Amino acid sequence: MNEILFTAKPLSINPLKAGQTIGAALAILGLAKSMPLEHGARGCTSFDKLFFIRHFREPIALQTTAMDQFTAILGADGNVVEALATICRKNQAEVIGLITTGLSEMQGADIPRTIAAFRAECPQYARTAIVPVSASDTLGCLETGFAEAVKAIVATLVPAGETRTPVLPHQVNVLTSAMLTPGDIDAIKIWIEAFGLTPIVLPDIGDSLDGHMIDQGFATVSYGGTAAADIAKISGSAATLVIGSSIGAAADLLKERTGIADYRFPSLMGLNACDGFTAVLSRISGRPVPARLERERARLLDAMVDCQFQIGGARIAIAADADLLTALSAFFESMGASVVAAVASARADYLSDVPTGSMVIGDLGDFENLAHRNEAELIVTNSHGVEIARRLGAGLLRAGFPVYDSYGAPMKSWVGYAGSRQTLFDVANLLTEHYREIRPYRSKYWRGTPRERETQAGPC
Amino acid sequence: MDEPACAHNGKSKSGCAKPQPGATQGGCCFDGARNALLPIADVAHLVHGPIGCTGSSWDNRGTRSSGTDLYRIGMTTDLSEMDVILGRGAKKLYQAIRRIAETYRPAAVFVYVTCVPAMQGDDVAVVIKNASAKFGLPVVLIDCAGFYGNKNLGNRIAGDAIYKYVIGTREPDPPPKVERPGIVTHDVNLIGEWNVGGEFWNVAPLFDRLGLRILCTFSGDARFREAQTMHRAEANMVVCSKAMLHVARRLKEEYGAPYFEGSFYGMADTSAALRHFAKLLADPILDSRSEELIEQEEARVRLAVEPYRQRLTGKRALIFSGGYKSWSLVSAMKDLGVEVVATGIEKSTEEDKARIHALMGPDARLISDNDQTALIAAFHAFKADILIAGDRYIYPAWKSGIPLLDVDHVRRIGYAGYEGMIELARNLDRAANSPVWRDIGKAPPWRAAPPFGGLA
Repeated sequence: MNEILFTAKPLSINPLKAGQTIGAALAILGLAKSMPLEHGARGCTSFDKLFFIRHFREPIALQTTAMDQFTAILGADGNVVEALATICRKNQAEVIGLITTGLSEMQGADIPRTIAAFRAECPQYARTAIVPVSASDTLGCLETGFAEAVKAIVATLVPAGETRTPVLPHQVNVLTSAMLTPGDIDAIKIWIEAFGLTPIVLPDIGDSLDGHMIDQGFATVSYGGTAAADIAKISGSAATLVIGSSIGAAADLLKERTGIADYRFPSLMGLNACDGFTAVLSRISGRPVPARLERERARLLDAMVDCQFQIGGARIAIAADADLLTALSAFFESMGASVVAAVASARADYLSDVPTGSMVIGDLGDFENLAHRNEAELIVTNSHGVEIARRLGAGLLRAGFPVYDSYGAPMKSWVGYAGSRQTLFDVANLLTEHYREIRPYRSKYWRGTPRERETQAGPC
Repeated sequence: MDEPACAHNGKSKSGCAKPQPGATQGGCCFDGARNALLPIADVAHLVHGPIGCTGSSWDNRGTRSSGTDLYRIGMTTDLSEMDVILGRGAKKLYQAIRRIAETYRPAAVFVYVTCVPAMQGDDVAVVIKNASAKFGLPVVLIDCAGFYGNKNLGNRIAGDAIYKYVIGTREPDPPPKVERPGIVTHDVNLIGEWNVGGEFWNVAPLFDRLGLRILCTFSGDARFREAQTMHRAEANMVVCSKAMLHVARRLKEEYGAPYFEGSFYGMADTSAALRHFAKLLADPILDSRSEELIEQEEARVRLAVEPYRQRLTGKRALIFSGGYKSWSLVSAMKDLGVEVVATGIEKSTEEDKARIHALMGPDARLISDNDQTALIAAFHAFKADILIAGDRYIYPAWKSGIPLLDVDHVRRIGYAGYEGMIELARNLDRAANSPVWRDIGKAPPWRAAPPFGGLA
């Protein structure tokens, strides 16, 4: 248990946190033929869209109800109905995530009534599902907004118990948290399929934001994601695998609704977490661990040993949302590193389990101060950490949102035996690159000798 | 070969064990000679031979320079088939020296003659003499073909060459003005200190503080013009490598400078080395100032290593690093509460062995077998917790789930001096107490039998 400090300062310096709205939009983008619709002023959506475009290097489907000064005061229900109808008409979306913002929450928008009004007004779009998500940016962070959306998806789209489909013994549900990259989800699917199981991943940004071309070319809705037909089959699964602590409430709801047993994993990084997941897959499927996985495990062991000295004792500072922060801290600690600074963007009860003496809910300003004071050698955070790393003379491992200055970042897989191994290599390489050697000592007896005027060698 | 200062000298058989074909680890004479001289940073180190000698081994040392880095530029004549057949090696060597002289203007060129030109019988000495005269810079012949013998012999050949061609060819710079009244500046040399990972920079400030001017650190962070003045030192310390002992012995015989053998690994040895200098220089003021410095530094180190000592006390170490490290590290381990259960003597001399017995008692277990499988078996037999060894043992040990601390010369981490003692404690702790060893020794949930036969 560590003590969690909250910064009492009146100013956030270099924010770490992105809002709940953007997190909810990301989760909706993990559904097939979807369009997230942010109920707020046009700027919310414009910023969020650019944030994702830079991170994923993909066209991002995202719309706004475009509240203005009149509708903000007189009521914006009409904007919502019009926006929903427009998206149905123009984009043929199958799912629309109707996500509130600080503005619409502040205004007191009555979302259920507005949806009812849309249904009454536009019966021709009855087949388009609407997932309402309450995601004010006055609360939480990207990760909690994502989790709220997952819960809303379950609440809206998963059929309740009485409509249970026949049990499919080889089908499993996978609930994903915002910490998982498209690359992670890909790796998790392959992992599950190795046991002859078929995963239904909810939401599946691994299918929509993995960066792939389609014959159609440009599309105005998501490029993939969990299909409606698969969501309809969820209640027939043999088990649910829940990855990430932030989506606990969504998992609770899914379990309550379907009665399916679930297995929860705070993280799939590092040997112990991977072994736990593999053992569960073996149990669910009744199959032995495939040779391929055994080899990947053996490779991870070897990487742990090879990197153990470089990473052991390393002073690492991490700033991220709670799930990623928890996962990375536990992983690095298992390698003998010290997490000398941990900054989370928003509160979560499980943050008290992070193995560090310095846990702060704060911003990258706090992070820089803590990392500096505690002499971090490596910092782990999003691309906003570049300048911080430079000022500290530390290495930067890019993780979380946004990573806008590195190609392929969303396809990096952090989970599983192979992903964990690659992370160890990345960390060890950064530590090696930034290793501070003993500074040359220049003797006072060299004064007046040629050694005072020496320069480096090179062709003259 | 005659070496009066070596304890092997009186033995009826040669002291150096013959390598067993098919079961030998460790480098050749060329390897040892270049290792010994490469740290002289402003020299162009030219390897005369085919690519095998250089291609896989250039810029492979952790030795550091405070200024010029010419020594890190790999240079070879890269002899080809046609060079050998047509006997063009000598011509190529001359042209190589010309190119170096014109391109880099080094303080000197050291030419390492390897197996192929030695077999061919190139008259390298003549080429070198001509090149030196023509290009107006010292060119030194290091005749060190790999088949001559092992690395120790290469060290010795390197020392001989420097003694013969370099030492005594220049007088030291005039001593700087006395800045501190009452303190006499003494000129000293260190022989066999390689400045691995810059570790001598932990120690050099102590010399400045005590008023000891180092004429030459032979050869870590050294310069050619410094090696030239080594004959003027009032006292010498042989830091590493028995094979360099003859340099100190000849300096004593010819110039009257006394010498001692010591080490900067561990607190006790560092202090002993400083005391030894004061004693050899017969300067009572230096003596009392050394004691003062030692007291301060030891108190500082004790405080700094305490947290590590607590986590290391009771651990059992097996040291497998031949030569002087076989005993110099024993003392460092003692400072940290680590029990040394056995030590390797692969490259150790009779005197090294005597020191081990003095430190570890008459029952000290000495391992002469340099076979990796045997070493791992010994580790388990002695119930050791950590292996301290050189780089060729890292992966065999790690693959077997055995913690190992690397003390070889390619490392970037410095362990010398008081500051190095703190670093050693920190790294020993991280190597020995890494949670990884526990994790990799466990069976996964779906398997019953643990790995490594349950030994880890």
